[in-house]
Amino acid sequence: MTVNGSAKEHEVEPRLLLVHYLREVVGLTGTNIGCDTSSCGACTVLLDGESVKSCTLLAAQADGADITTIEGLASGDQMHPMQEAFREKHALQCGYCTPGMVMAAVSLLKEHPNPTEAEVREGLEGNLCRCTGYHNIVQAVLYAASPGSVPERNAGSVPERNLGVSA
Amino acid sequence: MIPASFDYKRASTVDEAVSLLSDGGEDAKLLAGGHSLLPLMKLRLAAPALVIDIGRLRDLSFVRDSGDRVVIGALTRHRDVEIDQTLRQHLPLLSHVAGQVGDPQVRHRGTLGGSIAHGDPASDLPAACLALGATFTAVGPSGSRQIDATDFFQGFLETALAPDEILTEISIPKATGAAWSFQKFNRRAQDWAIVGVAAVRGDRTGVALVNMGPTPLRATPVEEALAGGASDAEAAARAAEGLEPPEDLNASAEYRRHLAQVLVRRALEQARAA
Ligand SMILES: Cc1cc2nc3c(=O)[nH]c(=O)nc-3n(C[C@H](O)[C@H](O)[C@H](O)COP(=O)(O)OP(=O)(O)OC[C@H]3O[C@@H](n4cnc5c(N)ncnc54)[C@H](O)[C@@H]3O)c2cc1C
Ligand code: FES
Ligand code: FES
Repeated sequence: MTVNGSAKEHEVEPRLLLVHYLREVVGLTGTNIGCDTSSCGACTVLLDGESVKSCTLLAAQADGADITTIEGLASGDQMHPMQEAFREKHALQCGYCTPGMVMAAVSLLKEHPNPTEAEVREGLEGNLCRCTGYHNIVQAVLYAASPGSVPERNAGSVPERNLGVSA
Repeated sequence: MIPASFDYKRASTVDEAVSLLSDGGEDAKLLAGGHSLLPLMKLRLAAPALVIDIGRLRDLSFVRDSGDRVVIGALTRHRDVEIDQTLRQHLPLLSHVAGQVGDPQVRHRGTLGGSIAHGDPASDLPAACLALGATFTAVGPSGSRQIDATDFFQGFLETALAPDEILTEISIPKATGAAWSFQKFNRRAQDWAIVGVAAVRGDRTGVALVNMGPTPLRATPVEEALAGGASDAEAAARAAEGLEPPEDLNASAEYRRHLAQVLVRRALEQARAA
């Protein structure tokens, strides 16, 4: 599979979950494991541009797919617009849910470029945050979607090739 | 949590899936989106010796307009059912229900066929199929056969599919312009329905229930009452007739019986007003 733009090939046990593959085999530990029961969304990554819970997917199911993790969003020193929006709107406290929340939000804006607040709330229903009360997260996603907030870059975009991360 | 070890094979055609299933016997399981099977395997409530991944049978991911019916491939994901224009036009109840399943991440992976084949009484899409009068196509070693949705769900997580059969297509009569309603009652975002009701009223009247017994169910007494000219309220009062809904943390059986009547009434009224 391709992870953040770089090709990966490993012989793995069938039962290896994608999240364990990313964290332990590829060594990208930005993707967190929260509940491990498909509920919390901390493990969200993009598979061919769509949000998925990597604790509920075998690595083998993602064979040949294009995976983007939180490490793959920024371009070198330049944060992805969604990351900037989270910083701007103080959309995190402990940060545990944040990688999954950001990935889910990128996928959400790809599907709904101009969401209403209700659409943002519903679109993030697969991600739990124990700290923020969601208000600032929702504000960040709306900010990322609003024209001119993060100029010339689309917050629902997924980098074709990541630049700054080696795996 | 890590599933017990298993062999993993990938089927590239329906025939290959069927022959792998026949060879694997009782210990083989198909894997479609994996969003019911993998959670069970992680909890070790399921431990198949052989997992046959059919997720790449893209030929079974389609929506086809075929005259007075719409035919949907079993591997079509919830998200695709939700946004497909043909379905939105001719079977808006089904698209809407697909959009109510779980959360976006679940909808990006889970498949219509997987949801039906799993046969969970708490799942939403089987109820929509029952209300809409769907027919399923199953392919096994001796060829293919049609199974009416009403005959398909047989017991808790038990369906009419034989262990060596694969569900390939879901065929549903168009309900273009028919009024419909889906009532999903839960307390938290992302959750399963405590009770759900799918209803359609047009050339065909169908009412089906989520989480009101061991299988997804048709509310036959309600349908009969409506056919006999009963009012919405009279018909809804029969929603729980003869049913033994589950008891769990969310609700007692009595609560579910009451809720079913309330939700059926809302569904019938909404489908009338629409
Ligand atoms: C967090 C979470 C929340 C959810 N919330 C809801 C909800 O609110 N409502 C709801 O309805 N569902 C919900 N689901 C379940 C979800 O809809 C599943 O995707 C669906 O039930 C199963 O589809 P699948 O493709 O993932 O099937 P799999 O998990 O791959 O398979 C399920 C079962 O069906 C069999 N099977 C799969 N495809 C076929 C086939 N073509 N022929 C024969 N057998 C087959 C498999 O062998 C297995 O036994 C939720 C799931 C999760 C993880
Ligand atoms: S760790 Fe995957 S959803 Fe919580
Ligand atoms: S910021 Fe702590 S869990 Fe979301």
